[in-house]
Amino acid sequence: MAINWFKYSAPSSFYGLAGKLVPWFAWSSAILFAIGLYISFFVAPTDATQSEAYRIMFIHVPASILSMFIYLVMAVYAALGLVLNTRLSSMMATALAPTGALFAIIALWTGALWGKPMWGAWWVWDARLTSELILLFLYLGFIALHSSIDDPRRADRAAALLAIVGSVNVPIIYFSVNWWNTLHQGATIKFTGTSMHVSMQQALLLMMLACWFYVFAVTLMRVRSIILERERNTQWVAELEEVKL
Amino acid sequence: MSEFFAMNGYAFYVWGSYGLALLIFIIEIALVRHKRKITLQQLRLMRDAEE
Repeated sequence: MAINWFKYSAPSSFYGLAGKLVPWFAWSSAILFAIGLYISFFVAPTDATQSEAYRIMFIHVPASILSMFIYLVMAVYAALGLVLNTRLSSMMATALAPTGALFAIIALWTGALWGKPMWGAWWVWDARLTSELILLFLYLGFIALHSSIDDPRRADRAAALLAIVGSVNVPIIYFSVNWWNTLHQGATIKFTGTSMHVSMQQALLLMMLACWFYVFAVTLMRVRSIILERERNTQWVAELEEVKL
Repeated sequence: MSEFFAMNGYAFYVWGSYGLALLIFIIEIALVRHKRKITLQQLRLMRDAEE
């Protein structure tokens, strides 16, 4: 069976595919959040040293990991758009940036609310925290740069360069807890011998998956509007049911 | 139940974290839906202007 893998790299066919996928991702995310939150609050036991405050982890860790991962995905899409000149990749990069920025805000905010009772400070200029703050600024820089250039293709190229150069910050955030003496604790999820209770691991995994599906749903929905905006002069957009109304 | 919401004294920190995350998700979903509505409206306006 021959599958044309390039079919969905055309904005016109991807628009339809994304539209079909959005409800699936949205419902999967809602269900996973429901189960994940239930385990996070009712099944996972109280922590011996941090009492109930540790439950912030179940939103803080997925948000932080996703803020870094979304940045890398965005940079790869931006780079593909730059090198291969594919329109859809650049549109995907643009669609991912606001969601990535919001996850960085969640990571920083929940970190502050966790830091205050545990360290006694909302904020410290620690390597992990500072590099995560820079990540937020990189997202905001990407969005601002892209929207400041009127010609969308030129905006794509300029913003792609920023995204690629900025991606050096992601390994810095990730390894900051090993490279420097920081207040921030080390990696929560280890591949060998993690010390966490099983239900805590389950909750963390479910919350992570829920956030993933949320990102898929919201990004695909946003990219559909971006596609319509940028392909507005084409025949296929004019022929869409939702435009014909 | 009130014991659950009290979070052993950490209520402000725990619910503040989840509350903000929920708020951000709700706002983002509303913005994305709004953007779709506006984009479709503009496309129709553009088409009507051409006719």
